[in-house]
Amino acid sequence: QLAVPVAVVFAPGAVPGDLPRPLPFRDVQEMEISINLRTSVTSRYEMVYRSTTAQEEAALDAATAREADAALRLLQDTSLGSLTMYVVPETSSLLPQGVSVYVGKHRSALVRAGGGLAALHARLRQLTQVMPFTASSMRVPDGQLGPDARRHLKSSLGTDSGGQIPFLLYFHWDIEDAVNRYVQPVLDKLSLVANFSVDSQILYYAVLGVTPRFDKESSSFLLSAHSLPHVINPVEARLGSSAASLYPVLNFLLYVPERSHSPLYIQDKDGAPVSTNAFHSPRWGGIMVYNVEAPASPPASLPLHVDVDMVRVMEVFLAQLRLLFGLSREELPPDFLLESPGNEGLADWELDRLLWAHTVENIATVSTTLTSLAQLLDKIGNIVIKDDVASEVYRAVASAQSAVAKLAAGHLHSAFQASKEAVTSSERAFFDPSLLHLLYFPDDQKFAIYIPL
Amino acid sequence: SHIVLMLADDMACNPRNPKPATVFSHKNMELNVYGDDVEVDYRSYEVTVENFLRVLTGRIPPSTPRSKRLLSDDRSNILIYMTGHGGNGFLKFQDSEEITNVELADAFEQMWQKRRYNELLFIIDTCQGASMYERFYSPNIIALASSQVGEDSLSHQPDLGIGVHLMDRYTFYVLEFLEEIHPASQTNMNDLFQVCPKSLCVSTPGHRTDLFQRDPQNVLITDFFGSVRKVEITTETVSLNRDLAGFESK
Repeated sequence: QLAVPVAVVFAPGAVPGDLPRPLPFRDVQEMEISINLRTSVTSRYEMVYRSTTAQEEAALDAATAREADAALRLLQDTSLGSLTMYVVPETSSLLPQGVSVYVGKHRSALVRAGGGLAALHARLRQLTQVMPFTASSMRVPDGQLGPDARRHLKSSLGTDSGGQIPFLLYFHWDIEDAVNRYVQPVLDKLSLVANFSVDSQILYYAVLGVTPRFDKESSSFLLSAHSLPHVINPVEARLGSSAASLYPVLNFLLYVPERSHSPLYIQDKDGAPVSTNAFHSPRWGGIMVYNVEAPASPPASLPLHVDVDMVRVMEVFLAQLRLLFGLSREELPPDFLLESPGNEGLADWELDRLLWAHTVENIATVSTTLTSLAQLLDKIGNIVIKDDVASEVYRAVASAQSAVAKLAAGHLHSAFQASKEAVTSSERAFFDPSLLHLLYFPDDQKFAIYIPL
Repeated sequence: SHIVLMLADDMACNPRNPKPATVFSHKNMELNVYGDDVEVDYRSYEVTVENFLRVLTGRIPPSTPRSKRLLSDDRSNILIYMTGHGGNGFLKFQDSEEITNVELADAFEQMWQKRRYNELLFIIDTCQGASMYERFYSPNIIALASSQVGEDSLSHQPDLGIGVHLMDRYTFYVLEFLEEIHPASQTNMNDLFQVCPKSLCVSTPGHRTDLFQRDPQNVLITDFFGSVRKVEITTETVSLNRDLAGFESK
């Protein structure tokens, strides 16, 4: 059971004629989402219909939808998981021509009125497909971030510099600044979901596992799509990030090809060049190829100083980070306009989606883990459960129950925290070193010992 | 990819080894399999049934370093290769312990419960090796053994200089088969099942695929060997504002 608080706010001139009751009023709509054969989630949309306050009207008077969105953010209910839909008059110029719905980067959307209440409900249904929790945004029982219960993710950024760098380059990549400016804000926003730490390193004389093909027409080297899966393993062996931490690691690599293989472009399956010149692997990270431009005339002095364009690189890495977290852009109806999240990397409602999905996944994981533990105990009757293992189990159950209750009440933040605690406790109980079944004399070995006697 | 190697490791530096710190796969001494890039994670007294089961099930003391852990998740394909002296339903560890087929099957089930593998390939080269996979009951496992119950697995070639046999027959022919595989190869599991027929191996290799969901014909060797990863082309970018200061107060 999930409760989503939704507010539908009507600007003057946008109220449909066929409202069942005068404003303001409340309504509840339920939608059942089935995730797999055994599990389904009921979403309860607790709707509040009201008209705009004076301040909201002033905000909606802004020139563009983006400004209105920024102004409205201060006025709306910004608690995690909530959604506000502002209905503006049909003739309003706030929304560009041909756009009926504008989805902002916080937790609200602007909808063009028209067509009465039924049309409004249809729009609302479309919005709830995009913004809050949907079946496609999650899998049961395991989360997408990996099995570590503490959800601590380490991001490792690296550059590979191929053999002979053109013209003796002095290669400068200002990674510290780039991480502080562009990566840290995104990680801060995601800090509710996981703890992150970021490392970077530079590898010299790295070699790609595959040989790129030379293309005469474009006089460049091409890496075809089907050779990409073989690139990662040889590189990974040299990264050394595996020694770094016990938590799941995401690697983002910037590869500068050697002079004899420059410029190097990645081709997709149809043979077309890829605009980002990058590819990613689920659960592992991403690789981007950065071609250094040959200078127009021979440089005055060697080595040639090359400053890596960190913005271009970070735009790709952050997009890959989003995809690795499961934040993909779903299919939108044609008259929807989605505001780009900008430097924050993800919109507030995308964070909500991530939290909804993880909370439900966590609760499902806890129940399968504890069930499996109970089955293990059934099988090996004389297993000894230490006190701390028992207390972890109790804590897991209590936290899971609390998470379920909070989800039904619509408190996303505390539900997510409770589910995180539940998963941590259940994993600690399940993987406790004392539960090795070998230590408890499996029955077949008892017979082997006692029968000859 | 991640390799956990457990070796009793009493051969390379054994006083009887005429070429210390080397282990050759053939008496022509071409390939030193104990070379520079071999990383032994569990050696000598650390190779116990308990440690092996701990690695598999993940019930490891918190102080264990990353290289000694399995670190798999629900999308990992795992290859397990075991060899040594064995019998009907057991494999010997270090001349002092045994692991039974029941324990192994239970360990795999614990792994499945926590989704620590996507698919598992189990290869065993011991006497009566097929008995070790008889008890498996978890899904998505393919098992291969060098001999059936009641048969012995034989070794391949003796090296009279050292005085012991260098390799077992089944392993020798499987290695020969795998040398032909490169990362883009399309060879499938059915080809691996044909390796080392009775004429070469003297014992009859066996396999078990009933727990596996896919048809072995469609399973590539590179699904388990060679660490070929699934990749996707990145088509999206995030648009960043270049001039924005790093720390925006919210």
